[in-house]
Amino acid sequence: MKELMIGNAALARGLYEAGCAVISSYPGTPSTEITEEFAKFNDVYCEWAPNEKVATETSFGASLRGKRSACCMKHVGLNVAADPLFTMSYTGVNAGMIICVADDPGMHSSQNEQDSRHYAVAAKVPMLEPSDSQEALDFAKAAYEISETFDTPVFIKMCTRVAHSQSIVEKGERVEVTKEYVKNPKKYIMAPANAIARHPFVEERTQKLTEYAETSPLNRIEEGMGEYDFGIITSSTSYQYVKEVFGDKVSVLKLGIVNPLPVKLIRDFADKAKKVYVIEELDPIIETHCKTIGVDVIGKEKFSLLGEFSQKTISQAFELEAKESTVLDAKIPVRPPMMCAGCPHRGMYYVLAKNKITVLGDIGCYTLGSMPPLNALDMTLCMGASVSGLHGYNKAGAEETEGKTVCVIGDSTFMHSGVTGLINIAYNQSNSTVIILDNSITGMTGHQQNPTTGKNIKGDPAGKVDLESLCRSVGINSVRVVDPYNLEECEKTVKEELAKNEPSVIISRRPCVLLKYVKPKKPLRVNPDKCRGCKKCMTFGCPAISFRDKHAVVDNTLCIGCGVCAGLCPFNAFESEEE
Amino acid sequence: METKNIMIVGVGGQGSLLASKLLGRLLVDEGFDVKVSEVHGMSQRGGSVVTYVKFGDKVYSPVIEEGEADFIVSFEKLEAARYIKNLKKDGTVIVNTQQIDPMPVIIGSEKYPETVLDEMQTKGVKVDAVDALSLASEAGSSKACNIVLMGKLAKYFDIPYEKWEDAIAKCVKPAFIDINKKAFELGYNN
Repeated sequence: MKELMIGNAALARGLYEAGCAVISSYPGTPSTEITEEFAKFNDVYCEWAPNEKVATETSFGASLRGKRSACCMKHVGLNVAADPLFTMSYTGVNAGMIICVADDPGMHSSQNEQDSRHYAVAAKVPMLEPSDSQEALDFAKAAYEISETFDTPVFIKMCTRVAHSQSIVEKGERVEVTKEYVKNPKKYIMAPANAIARHPFVEERTQKLTEYAETSPLNRIEEGMGEYDFGIITSSTSYQYVKEVFGDKVSVLKLGIVNPLPVKLIRDFADKAKKVYVIEELDPIIETHCKTIGVDVIGKEKFSLLGEFSQKTISQAFELEAKESTVLDAKIPVRPPMMCAGCPHRGMYYVLAKNKITVLGDIGCYTLGSMPPLNALDMTLCMGASVSGLHGYNKAGAEETEGKTVCVIGDSTFMHSGVTGLINIAYNQSNSTVIILDNSITGMTGHQQNPTTGKNIKGDPAGKVDLESLCRSVGINSVRVVDPYNLEECEKTVKEELAKNEPSVIISRRPCVLLKYVKPKKPLRVNPDKCRGCKKCMTFGCPAISFRDKHAVVDNTLCIGCGVCAGLCPFNAFESEEE
Repeated sequence: METKNIMIVGVGGQGSLLASKLLGRLLVDEGFDVKVSEVHGMSQRGGSVVTYVKFGDKVYSPVIEEGEADFIVSFEKLEAARYIKNLKKDGTVIVNTQQIDPMPVIIGSEKYPETVLDEMQTKGVKVDAVDALSLASEAGSSKACNIVLMGKLAKYFDIPYEKWEDAIAKCVKPAFIDINKKAFELGYNN
């Protein structure tokens, strides 16, 4: 049956059909749904790991044991997994292993737009790049064949538009694959003597993969109907944009294998065209390869290094006629994402902003605390950096910063890579206060379980890390828990912990209001007779409160009745509907 | 057949996901090549959201660019204005007249452009406005705005009414089928 599937779901289906038996991943937009969809199959093992390095090594262990495996992550997650990656390139695999990595050109939900193809080149690992959902499914099968034939892990690289666009897919049947595990120290123990012996294998493998790429059906030439005398080399979603603009009128070399890149195939393609353009998002990987092998191409001088492409990018570059459109004179205010009405993070941020505390932030929903009116954050870098950054900041600032600076990090992010920073604080004793914003879920990526929630990927009971015990056991003596809906308690605790002359942890704990088990209360309303229009509630930044005709008003479709605004109002103007 | 392009725009949390699921289901059943594209993540937190639905004999790009949309279905007034540049000349805007203030308006740094629909009409845009929130409430749930708007959209297509109802039945939980069919009917007839 034909079915519409997002690229990530189709990729999960492809992994399943190819016999993948184990997936370990850490969530990250736009990669999360690959693992979530795979978890829906019953006869396979699937988990959320604490971070991408653990996930990759788990997947490697499964391959070693003889089961086809995969791990999935976003582009920045691959930085975390880079350590095992580079040496897995040397060991190779037993059963096939795939690393699914999803880039985010345009940074819809990311802190940078690094191009994962660099990792494939640097680690000498083959990379396939599908351009729609059917290819995502088919390439998963091809990737396992390549993995086992050439003894290497294989990347499948997605991007936001392929990962999150639905297109039509035809499903197939699952095959089962099991390899025998045979002890082989020379292949699997990468101590210097063995690794030195293994490196030539890696180089030979790249040669063989290049030969494979010359004739593989994953790379194909689509001959044009002769209307244009130039040719285009492209891959991924850019291929779709090229076809949207030119249809069958231009010759296209569509690359499904983006590492290693073919040589003869590109030269032959270029020989038949008057000019050759390379159209690729982000960095000039294909372009640089072409120039290295002596093929003259036009690439980044015409197509940006920045952001996502579209059909418009291409028509503009080729100076085709622009489409007519309507432009309004009205100024349209931006509508940025924000913390939800009733979000437990807001209370803690309000307290920190009110007391003008410097806040080193981290990656998650709570990064939105940087937006007006709270403007509560000073720094956001990468997963875990708030904690280690705070340590360095306080070591450099000493008494000038210690009583006025905190870091904030979510429960899932703390598990991912915050705890190692906390160990450093405890070990090297900086007078630092770490606030764990524990909303009992991985929020921003759409509610994934994590080691602190006590549930596994399927929602079944699982092991549970006790945050208080963990913090104490690494050497933090002052560990306190507060309810972020209680502003007074939060303010008092933050001030007390900042005043202490030792490392401390405050766990700001309340579950995300979007969790199903969190039942909203009746919405509040503003009594216009009591409201004097002082706008104190507007400094709280709740999207359910707005200001109309000299009074605050509550949007009762958004308000969940958390009541924190009622505590802020000096005139008791917020009332619950029962009153 | 030339590819038809529909944009669904609104505010994160308004239910554009169900609307695009319904369209996708319907159009695949009708035998078209279909692509549906949306961005997950940040945009769900009350931000501006946009979904592209494209169908025809063969669809390549999953995105809809400036001057390409045959229809913009907007769940909110201001969001219709934000994406109006994507509308094709002669395209139609189907818009819910609901107003949801974005943060810059909430904190008073900017004003909500109240008269954008008038300006669109002055500039020759076909605007089909409806108070979808009231009709959805009449159907039994304020959350059914999305299906009211699908009812409005359905009038512009040659696809039989029953096919739309079939697609609704396939896309919503059994307990909500009746409310959604009613919401669809109210959108179709108002």
